[in-house]
Amino acid sequence: MTTNILLAGFGGQGILFAGKAIAKMAMDSDLQVSWLPSYGPEMRGGAANCSVIVSDEEIGSPVVVTPDILIALNLPSFDKFEPKVIAGGKLIYDCSLIDRTSDRADIEVYGIPATAMASDAGLTGMANVIVLGYLLKITGLFEYDAFLEHMLAGIPPTKAALIEKNKKALEMGYNYAK
Amino acid sequence: MAKKVLMKGNEAIAEAAIKSGCLHFFGYPITPQTEISEYMAKRMPKVGGLCLQAESEISAINMIMGAAAAGSRCLTSSSSPGISLKSEGISYIVGCDLPCVIVNVQRGGPGLGGIQPSQQDYYQATKANGHGDEHVLVLAPSSVQEMAQLTSEAFDLADIYRMPAMILADGALGQMMEPVDFDVMSKRDVPEKTWATNGTEGKRKKNIINSLLIDPVELENSVIARFKKYDEIAEKEVKYEEYKCDDADIVIVAYGITSRICKTAIAAARAKGIKVGLFRPITLWPYPKKQLGALADKAKHFLVCELNMGQMVDDVKVATECKKPVSFFGRTGGMIPSPDEVLAEIEKLAATL
Repeated sequence: MTTNILLAGFGGQGILFAGKAIAKMAMDSDLQVSWLPSYGPEMRGGAANCSVIVSDEEIGSPVVVTPDILIALNLPSFDKFEPKVIAGGKLIYDCSLIDRTSDRADIEVYGIPATAMASDAGLTGMANVIVLGYLLKITGLFEYDAFLEHMLAGIPPTKAALIEKNKKALEMGYNYAK
Repeated sequence: MAKKVLMKGNEAIAEAAIKSGCLHFFGYPITPQTEISEYMAKRMPKVGGLCLQAESEISAINMIMGAAAAGSRCLTSSSSPGISLKSEGISYIVGCDLPCVIVNVQRGGPGLGGIQPSQQDYYQATKANGHGDEHVLVLAPSSVQEMAQLTSEAFDLADIYRMPAMILADGALGQMMEPVDFDVMSKRDVPEKTWATNGTEGKRKKNIINSLLIDPVELENSVIARFKKYDEIAEKEVKYEEYKCDDADIVIVAYGITSRICKTAIAAARAKGIKVGLFRPITLWPYPKKQLGALADKAKHFLVCELNMGQMVDDVKVATECKKPVSFFGRTGGMIPSPDEVLAEIEKLAATL
């Protein structure tokens, strides 16, 4: 089975980090995985997206054109990629930043006000981790405890203060009820 | 089994070079390969090596000539326009019979072009990296694992044949992350560098490294000797992958990132009952002529897929001796075709067979 995931937003939202967390978890689960970022000339800001493919067989093209799962964290990426989600696929988006929704009946649509939740909880900048928690809940892609453990293991000792915050953010996303 | 590491292709090249005993890196930053320089700047001092950012690509390749002449395993990397700047130095290194590894993480051209992935330097890499009758070994990885593995093989090949070896990658392979296992590096026997100019200590005659041979008889002999070596390499060192070619009516010929897009398209075409396979040259020089040629008796059509305007088509025609039609599909300038575009091309061809 192959899952094509596309994460999109603007630079600084932690799109690439979130993709990497999924990729790392997949690798440690002995699955095949590829992570391909879009890259532009800018060092900061701009549009950012990344393709993550998780599979139990050899991965061909690393470019996700028609995602099974789309994570959209800003309006331009919602507008651009929402029509590309494969029928039967899932769309997760930040409804505190995106003021429209999808009227497609052939996909499952999940809004979560991740950016607002993060700033209310003093976790500014961690909307990406909240969305990851929500992704785990909705898709069951990976087991929650294992994912948390792997994500925290990636935090260097010099940034130990981030461990509790990441834990809290992932939990908030996982426990979010529409 | 060793633990796999999730890495960018560029980082995998740099780590593989260090694991292969590379002690000198000279480079100049250019997207999309700058991670190689970054990684080397961090790691080289820790392994007792040197990472130096030169003032230009030209300077970097000439520093490589010096390090290689002194017998060091050395690496330089750049992207398309930077490789053009290095071409004079590459020719000199070939003329001096020095081993080194050169990485080209290709981007769109010509000129300053763009920064998105391309395979537009196929001709340059395989036919004319520099002036004079000359070749360099050219290896084309198609995964992050191969970025690492072929880098280690490139160092061994360069030392065995005393010539430069090039890793011809592209921006997508450089930027993407995949798991890498560094336990499967090349471990070939390489000759001692008795020719190196690393100090006689008063114990031997001095070695001279030089590419200036004014006497045409002498120069001709040196070129002929080098081409005998090229013949030996063509015999012994070709690498390729055949994928579902046994019953294939259509054989796609593609390398690097494009070969993976083709594999996805092939799976979709096979599901529709179209017999299509892939021949992937891994060494672009020497080109796996005989092996590809052998398929010309079974297959009905060859389709070349590249991120350029069809630079490999002639090599496929020569290898297959034009026994079957050869056509081309590709995107260029930094555009990457989707598997669906390749599938549409396969279906179009299948309808004519």
